[in-house]
Amino acid sequence: MLVNQVAVFLENRKGRLNALLGALSGAGVNIESLNIADTRDFGIVRLVTDDNDKAEAALKAAGFTTARGDLVGIEVADKPGSLTATLGKLSDEGVNLEYVYSYSRSGGKALILFKTDDVERAEALLK
Amino acid sequence: MRYYNEKIETMSRDEMTALQSARLVDVVKRTYEGAPYFREKMDAIGLKPEDIKGIEDIAKLPFTTKADLRANYPFGCFAVPKSEIARVHASSGTTGKLTVVGLTNRDIDDWAECDARALVMAGCDKDDIVHVSYGYGLFTGGLGLHYGSEKLGSVTVPASAGNTMRQITLIKDFGATALACTPSYAMVIGEEIEKAGYDIKDFKLRVGIFGAEPWSENMKKEIERKLNITAYDIYGLSEISGPGVSMSCPYQCGLHVMEDFFYPEIVDPVTLQPVPDGTTGELVFTTLNKQGMPLIRYRTRDISALWHDKCECGRTLVRMKRVSGRTDDMLIIRGVNVFPSQIESVLMNIKEIVGSHYQIIVDRVGNLDTMEIQVELAPHAFSDEVKDVEAIRRRIEHDMMGNLGVGAKITLVSPDSLPLSEGKTVRIIDKRKI
Ligand SMILES: [Zn+2]
Repeated sequence: MLVNQVAVFLENRKGRLNALLGALSGAGVNIESLNIADTRDFGIVRLVTDDNDKAEAALKAAGFTTARGDLVGIEVADKPGSLTATLGKLSDEGVNLEYVYSYSRSGGKALILFKTDDVERAEALLK
Repeated sequence: MRYYNEKIETMSRDEMTALQSARLVDVVKRTYEGAPYFREKMDAIGLKPEDIKGIEDIAKLPFTTKADLRANYPFGCFAVPKSEIARVHASSGTTGKLTVVGLTNRDIDDWAECDARALVMAGCDKDDIVHVSYGYGLFTGGLGLHYGSEKLGSVTVPASAGNTMRQITLIKDFGATALACTPSYAMVIGEEIEKAGYDIKDFKLRVGIFGAEPWSENMKKEIERKLNITAYDIYGLSEISGPGVSMSCPYQCGLHVMEDFFYPEIVDPVTLQPVPDGTTGELVFTTLNKQGMPLIRYRTRDISALWHDKCECGRTLVRMKRVSGRTDDMLIIRGVNVFPSQIESVLMNIKEIVGSHYQIIVDRVGNLDTMEIQVELAPHAFSDEVKDVEAIRRRIEHDMMGNLGVGAKITLVSPDSLPLSEGKTVRIIDKRKI
């Protein structure tokens, strides 16, 4: 399955993450998953919310730079080694994973989300 | 109209030298007699006004600096009684007191003539509508272009700076054909026009006359694109005269100096010796015709070069290289001379950032100078992947190192998060306490 994500540029400045969260709560958006990729100089916040359109509009209005994109989400069985096996299969087939994080929808099962430049092949391989 | 003053602007070198020589002899005599600070300078080196017989003697004369003007604040450098002064202008420096200048009515008239010539150089005539967005007041920008435009007989719109949306409405509704302001404000106007969703083709703007701060060739291209105009450089400084000391012509090969009024020299900033044509150094001016506050060999601190060869536009007026920086804006980072214009020029070539918005922060950590350049990441260039954003940052650092010869840390910030003022933009924060 595909899961839509909003990525947000985060300057390395005090209070920016708070401002980001404030913009979302102010717009009544619920965050379902929040992942931060941090470097020494800047961060990228990756969000899945209950309304990504609304979230992106609120963030843009608050002066944030955003980018939208789809991630591949897979359900992984709750036993040791199953994630390694799944990701290994993709990598054996030459599908590049840019980044991976986990996401659990309220009341639902845990998903592993990953970014790849070849969504179609990844989905086919995982069927 | 090709020239505003054809006789002067196309004069032969011999005739110009004769005119400059006669005026130099006269101005040295007038300044010696009227301004005690200058008399003291001459007396200190045993030089008498009659020792100056022509322009070839100019290098014998002592230099004048901003420190002389400050020491004689406010009116001590005037060479005529106050009754002869018709107007004063003043400019604030980065340190200390204002620099005050006094103009007689003839000085104001000469200045207007310079700006009328400048407007004609940019292709303007009586039928043009000249929108002046330079600040009016103690700053010379607004009134300088204003008097020049009036003298030429163009329709002059004294808009002054500020309230950008109203400016845009006036430019559009009046059908302004020429815009005069600082380059950074031209950029602001261009950006606001885009943001407001106007189509630049609905405007009649044709030329821009920009000056009062150094700007790069790339920023010029960007302004030309945004405003759909041809941009001309105008140069001036309040001590010598405001804008109109020199002006670029359609051949864009430097700025023609109004050398019948302002005699230019380029000297080595360290040895103060004159350098040959084409060599970069500090620009020095002698005001040949000024009455109120004539200045002899005034060190501008601006970095330029001169060319005396003929220009294709037909003017014989000497050309000066567009000012690439100031000796006192020059940052010395770990012993390397860095001009903000160099930094700007690198940034303007990078499409992933908003090149005109940047800030330079210089500090000293331990005994080492550090330079951070904050630039705004363009929204279209943002990606959810760290490596893509990091690659942009690294590439700017690489280009900066290659161009400046000294490393700078690049920090990406969100669009519109850096201050962009309406007049002269403060781009450098030097936190070093040396
Ligand atoms: Zn020319």
